[in-house]
Amino acid sequence: MIKKIKIAIASGKGGTGKTFVSTNLFYTLQQEGTDVTLVDCDAEEPNALAFFSGELENSTQITQLVPVMDESKCTFCGKCHEYCNYNAIFFLNEAKIIKVMDELCHGCGACSVACEFGAISEKEDVLGEVNRYAVTEKTSLIEARMKVGVYSPVSVIKAAIKEADNAEVILMDSPPGTSCPFIQTVAQADYVILVTEPTPFGLSDLKQSVETLKTMHKPYGVIINRANLGNDDVYVYLNKENIPLLLNIPFDKTIASIYSKGELLCKHQPHWQSQFKNLFNNIKYLYGNSNN
Amino acid sequence: MEIAIISGKGGTGKSSISAAFATLSQQVVLADCDVDAANLYILFNPTHEEEQIFVSGQKAVIDYNKCRNCGSCLDTCRFEAISLSDGEIVISDILCDGCKLCSRICPFEAINMVNEDKSKMYTGSFRNGKMVYGRLSPGEENSGKLVNMVRNKAKQLSKDHQLETIIIDGPPGIGCSAISTITGVDHVVIVTEPTISGLHDMKRALEITSNFKLKTWVIVNKFDLNTDLTHQIESYCQQRNISVVGKFPFDRLVVDAMVNCKSVIEFAPDSEVAKMIRESYSAITHIDSKQIH
Repeated sequence: MIKKIKIAIASGKGGTGKTFVSTNLFYTLQQEGTDVTLVDCDAEEPNALAFFSGELENSTQITQLVPVMDESKCTFCGKCHEYCNYNAIFFLNEAKIIKVMDELCHGCGACSVACEFGAISEKEDVLGEVNRYAVTEKTSLIEARMKVGVYSPVSVIKAAIKEADNAEVILMDSPPGTSCPFIQTVAQADYVILVTEPTPFGLSDLKQSVETLKTMHKPYGVIINRANLGNDDVYVYLNKENIPLLLNIPFDKTIASIYSKGELLCKHQPHWQSQFKNLFNNIKYLYGNSNN
Repeated sequence: MEIAIISGKGGTGKSSISAAFATLSQQVVLADCDVDAANLYILFNPTHEEEQIFVSGQKAVIDYNKCRNCGSCLDTCRFEAISLSDGEIVISDILCDGCKLCSRICPFEAINMVNEDKSKMYTGSFRNGKMVYGRLSPGEENSGKLVNMVRNKAKQLSKDHQLETIIIDGPPGIGCSAISTITGVDHVVIVTEPTISGLHDMKRALEITSNFKLKTWVIVNKFDLNTDLTHQIESYCQQRNISVVGKFPFDRLVVDAMVNCKSVIEFAPDSEVAKMIRESYSAITHIDSKQIH
């Protein structure tokens, strides 16, 4: 029996190949008959769907509650303004001006609690949507898609991960960076794959991701993409830090061209399928060991 | 003049192109606003002249000497950050959004707010002028505010040192830090690549720049990796009256330049790609390319 596992595919630097790895791993596990769900957590720029043809099963709007002021009840006491920790309520006492700036609101509800005059009600504000696509009979892709112009993708990401339910294997294609959206994604993971490239920028961002994962006590390993471009510093670093090197993917114009068209390397060059299968088995083994 | 370079999709070559632009004309202010993964300091090794702390937000912390486990805070938290574990109230560091509501309503004043102050902004000089960059500490948020701080500093440096041009290297994505990066700039350059993802992400980035009515240019980097998609990008831009101001081929020189801690303009000034970058810059800024070295 396979134990359930959630794997996040992440990177500090953008464009290192997170989606490339996620989609090929998803495809490989699909071919093996695994009960697998891919969650595209890069809600600002979701792309994974381009690699599969899926039928939209359901779509959920993700909203947050933002305050609406009833000026006929408002006494301009300013308590809501004082309670708001995000400076989202603009208040001028003497001019009797009070205004909610929806784009700064985090939907915490503090202003509603603050108001003693029943002048604040709440309305739903759309942040984005979570779409579930059936890719094969057994597998689905869940996409977090933030509405353009919204400030933070975090709520949409959280909702998408929740939607991933009970699949045996959950793959999470993470947003780049190491700030909030990244943390929210990897916090849910049992194992993290960091995808990097052997350049000074790639290495610098990899180090930052590693430092973050250490504080979160998450097991992780590294995939080096475009392995023949750049230099060897990243290998020296992995060796020194005792970080498992999970896979090397060379830079190759054919691979780049397959990816550019929204197609899967593992489909075009089936020998890669066994590489990704080994990658998964290796991760299960490493995760099992880190758990004991 | 402020020129912001963004991309939507990560890894299209934003920073390499920013670095090239920053080393073209003589003296500039370079603002690295990819505060989540600031990288240009690696190439330019700026002097360390000033360091400022950035408070990105707050987190709620329980004082267990005062907490009576009454549970009032449990129901008020909308971020699912507070839970009961073995009969004890626990606040998740990761889920806490810092709204302070729990701290305000706690009848025993048992919840304190602690500043998140590990993020920093650095200022210094580099070979082509002044440089300012922010580094957001892992897991911290409000990157948009840090971007604003970096940009304000850059504007001040531009004034103090009479450096006319500010080059801003932006973050990937289209969230708050990207929006803060482009608000009110004179030119936005979107660097894309001929992949399905690159095209999709460029469209979303263009939505943002057109919402803000900003003068926008597109550069297709590594255009030769898929010429069909390059055509698609070009015709999409043409329909919307956006000028594609450069199409650069994939060239190992760009990676080799980075490995040598140089911009491609410095590393291979006579190369074809360096020439193309000069021409694009000249088209954007209306500075005669003969005057750009």
